[in-house]
Amino acid sequence: MEDMSGYPLELTGENIPMVSFKKVRKSYGSLTVLDDLDLDVNAGEMVSIIGPSGSGKTTVLRMLMTLETINSGVIYVDGKPLTHMPGKGGKLVPASARHLHERRADIGMCFQHFNLFPHMTALENCMEGPVQVLGLSKAEARDRSEELLELVGMIGKKDQHPSRLSGGQQQRVAIARALAMRPKVMLFDEVTSALDPEVIGEVTNVIRKLVSEHNLTMLMVTHQMGFARDISDRVCFFYDGKIEEQGPPADLFGKPQRERTQQFLSAVREAI
Amino acid sequence: MFDWKWEFVWEILPRLVQATGNTLIAAGAGYGIALVLGLVLAIAQRTPYRLLTFVVRELVEFIRSTPLLLQIFFVFYVGPQFGLRLSPWMSGMIAIGLHYSCYLSEVYRGGLDSVPRGQWEAATALNMTVVQKYRRIIIPQAIVPAVPGFGNYLVGIFKDTPMLSVIGVAELIHTANAIGSEHYRFLEPYTLVGLIFLAISLPAAGMIKVFENFVRRRMGMK
Repeated sequence: MEDMSGYPLELTGENIPMVSFKKVRKSYGSLTVLDDLDLDVNAGEMVSIIGPSGSGKTTVLRMLMTLETINSGVIYVDGKPLTHMPGKGGKLVPASARHLHERRADIGMCFQHFNLFPHMTALENCMEGPVQVLGLSKAEARDRSEELLELVGMIGKKDQHPSRLSGGQQQRVAIARALAMRPKVMLFDEVTSALDPEVIGEVTNVIRKLVSEHNLTMLMVTHQMGFARDISDRVCFFYDGKIEEQGPPADLFGKPQRERTQQFLSAVREAI
Repeated sequence: MFDWKWEFVWEILPRLVQATGNTLIAAGAGYGIALVLGLVLAIAQRTPYRLLTFVVRELVEFIRSTPLLLQIFFVFYVGPQFGLRLSPWMSGMIAIGLHYSCYLSEVYRGGLDSVPRGQWEAATALNMTVVQKYRRIIIPQAIVPAVPGFGNYLVGIFKDTPMLSVIGVAELIHTANAIGSEHYRFLEPYTLVGLIFLAISLPAAGMIKVFENFVRRRMGMK
């Protein structure tokens, strides 16, 4: 049993990060995917995660969305523990399903393969969470969803099922669906990787708009270095389950310090 | 040539039509039980509770590996020893419903398995509860690929209703037997029963296809 005495029940002080990974470890059997990860994301910050495949980038987001459990450490969201909850004796214990349900409400996620609900129209996809989970009336949920579909430029297709939409259109609906839950933290997991090159722009433009117009905290895993460079406040380069290097995009892309970062970035540039 | 008597046909037809109604009620009620119970059995096998999963899986295997006729006898004749005293109708519908629920649970299982993992994850990302996920996201999608399987077993349950005659349910075969022994004529009643089964089973297959297309369109999956 892990000793939890080093982890506070709640983060205190000034400038509490919106997301905080404390010594988080994730392994599958003998394979360690993430090794003692420490990562803070401040409120309103846009952090991009880059790195070679298999470096644990996506796992970071999936743990935060509670799609994966963690082996040790604690994840805090908005100062409160997500993966754990206060137990007897003032120590943290692993979170119950109910605790996860409560804390997960702060987080929204968009996936590489969109994962829209195929049996619902674009509008119904967006309304589903607000009506079923948040308990909004249909009228309220419709207003909110239509507003967001407008924001992502999909209002004209609101009554179409996903099978009638292109990849870029589906991803924009998926962004609206996640936003309809009013999360504090948005996670973008390789949201352009499954798209045809010519429609990538319509999705990145939506994310750009979110960054400039909304005060959301965002974590994005991406292979699009130019995009990450443009819109991120900070870029983290993951290698072998660790953050090898991080910093403002101008620094990380302009003058990377670590050899592995340099190798990765030059390999990516050659590919273009 | 055959000694086919039309006047006898007209005489017995009302009774057979009534028996057809009974057959359809027995098949329909049994199928209703099987549809509900089958879903429960399929979901029970997907819970994280190992013991429950094991028991349900073994039960399904057991029922699928023993004859329906035996199960009908068990419910009707052995049930009273355990204080379960049921009419032939109730016994028959329960036995046939239970039997087919095990087959339908396999159809449901295939359908549930066919829903991509990403759908579960998207539902989690919307913070849905397990019940909401099943009810709103997973089951509606699982039904679509399961419709052909459901259809096959609907015809199957209909054709298995004659087994209920052995405990005295007045369905088609039972009625035809009764008519035959009363009049010492079996040609007309049995022929009519065969034609009635044919007349219902054949269009059913086509209607299932139509229904499948309807469901697909309705779900925006076409």
